[in-house]
Amino acid sequence: MFYREAGQFKTSYVADQAIFPIRQDRIGVALILFVAFTLPLMASEFVIGSVMIPFLVFALAAIGLNILTGYTGLISLGTGAFMGVGAYACYKLTTIFPDVPIVFHILSAGVFSAAVGAIFGLPSLRIKGFYLAVATLAAQFFLQWCFVRIPWLYNDNASGAIEVPTRTLFGIAVTGANATPTVRYYVILAIVVAMTWVASNLVHGRIGRQWMAVRDMDIAAELIGIKLLQTKLLAFAVSSFYCGVAGAVMMFLWYGGGEAADAFNINQSFNILFMVIIGGLGSLVGSFFGAAFISSFPTVLKFGLPLIGIHLGSATVEHLTHFSIGALIIAFLIVEPHGLARLWQIGKQKLRVWPFPY
Amino acid sequence: MADMPDLLVQTLWDGFVAGMLYALIALGFVLIFKASGVFNFAQGIMVVFAALTLVGLHEYGLNVWLALLLTLGVMLALAVTVERVVLRPLVNQPDIILFMATIGLTYALVGLGEFIFGGNPKVMITEELYLPKGSIELQMFGGFVSFQKLDIAAAVIACVMIVLLSAFFQYTRIGRALRAVADSHKAALSVGISLEQIWVIVWFTAGVVALITGIMWGARSDVSFALQIIALKALPVLILGGFTSVPGAIVGGLIIGIGEKVGEFYWGPLVGKGIEAWLAYMIALAFLLFRPQGLFGEKIIERI
Repeated sequence: MFYREAGQFKTSYVADQAIFPIRQDRIGVALILFVAFTLPLMASEFVIGSVMIPFLVFALAAIGLNILTGYTGLISLGTGAFMGVGAYACYKLTTIFPDVPIVFHILSAGVFSAAVGAIFGLPSLRIKGFYLAVATLAAQFFLQWCFVRIPWLYNDNASGAIEVPTRTLFGIAVTGANATPTVRYYVILAIVVAMTWVASNLVHGRIGRQWMAVRDMDIAAELIGIKLLQTKLLAFAVSSFYCGVAGAVMMFLWYGGGEAADAFNINQSFNILFMVIIGGLGSLVGSFFGAAFISSFPTVLKFGLPLIGIHLGSATVEHLTHFSIGALIIAFLIVEPHGLARLWQIGKQKLRVWPFPY
Repeated sequence: MADMPDLLVQTLWDGFVAGMLYALIALGFVLIFKASGVFNFAQGIMVVFAALTLVGLHEYGLNVWLALLLTLGVMLALAVTVERVVLRPLVNQPDIILFMATIGLTYALVGLGEFIFGGNPKVMITEELYLPKGSIELQMFGGFVSFQKLDIAAAVIACVMIVLLSAFFQYTRIGRALRAVADSHKAALSVGISLEQIWVIVWFTAGVVALITGIMWGARSDVSFALQIIALKALPVLILGGFTSVPGAIVGGLIIGIGEKVGEFYWGPLVGKGIEAWLAYMIALAFLLFRPQGLFGEKIIERI
């Protein structure tokens, strides 16, 4: 009914290789983008500031981890630290070059993060699997230690916190106390849309094919002429770039400063890993689903339980959240290892044949 | 001279005790990895969970030995539950999926433990368990060294555990079955070894190891979920020793324990304190670059 492919002919290779070959999909994406960009007109500042902004930040980080874990098959438990590198790099850049637009700093912070990620990706050539996962934990703990112990990184503040200065873009305050959630939302949305588009092109192209070949069997990939070191390092660099930008955005456009070292601890790494698992390994749209799910889950539990008549203390709700997320991870792995993205795909498939299932 | 503490020996001793305890956690990992190929990220949480259950039950007014017995029962129930709920449905899945499932298990156990016993740190019931208190001071070459009696007990218990577990693996029927399962699931099944049973046994054994580790760690500091950080410390021990080797876990534990205490004491002040947090990982990484399968790990041969 809703998906009628019949009659949509492709007459060129370009059309055949399009990411959204079906007209309904293109309409859907356009609709989602339209809603995303007009949302501030409809939703309150609270929704924009504490639902949409976290969602977009986490989606960006999840895309980063998904490139590494989902597409290249390298497990990383150091996502939080790479986000931290982005945040601190951005902080140093804004203090050293105060006149450069903040968006430029956010993106160049990603470059620093990419460099650090590539360095910690170096062992991936020799070690793989669980050994590599533990090696990325080395990055997590080492970098987190650096954030606390190297005063230069936080400009020798007595508090050891990042203070986000007010920076403007085209005369509008983007960061700092004066920036409205709406402005910050638009900046983040623009970054996320642009970077998702880039990621989509990357994973659908030659580089993405190489990553997936390495994921499926690295020795076979090497035999058909894929250079393992370069491919893996590129995956680490690109992944860390995304995580770094996500970290910078998180600190500057969402948190607005504060105890940065805490925000990038190992729990953050796990959080993002959960988003990737629940959303679907190796799927960009899954990163968005997972981010939406995990970032909204505590809020839903907090406000949803009283609605159905269950009143619990805030500590209990927190424990319950922990437990349910753990249980959900296990349930998802058992029932649908490909995550929400796969469910979405199944749903679309059903719509395609509806109302005449086979 | 005689009233000065001998810092080197003291540091080495502290490192030795810490290393033995790391080795105990690592042993739990190795047990499960050997028998089922599952990288059990939840081992550290099992340590906390077991200690918390023991203290929590005692707080509810149970006799200490009854509490100990009940805790063992809880660990057995946990083993059965894990086998039923997590392992059995996920059989034949890739290793990474099982690894992630144990991360999920970690979160579930944290939530459950906090839900039942509260998130506040608790004091381990040292006296009731007849663990020794106080310390002995010995004259050494350069001065005196103080040994906590508790640490001595911990080291002795750790040694006994390791010997017992090795003997269990080597000489008993179940131990032989465990090794058979470790070699090949299929072959073990075809000679009539029940995988489900083995998994329950091995998870229960890991639970017992976790309980003992939890008591020892809990006696040195409080029992709380902050203890889970020590679980993360056991990971470099594992990659150093190799995932499948019991002696590897012990040697790795000692290298990491002594290495990080000496490192913290002598080099820590040079770069700012707290390098304990990552030194273990860096030592392990450095080793990995030369032996990617760890010191005692099996060389993995891959085929296409």
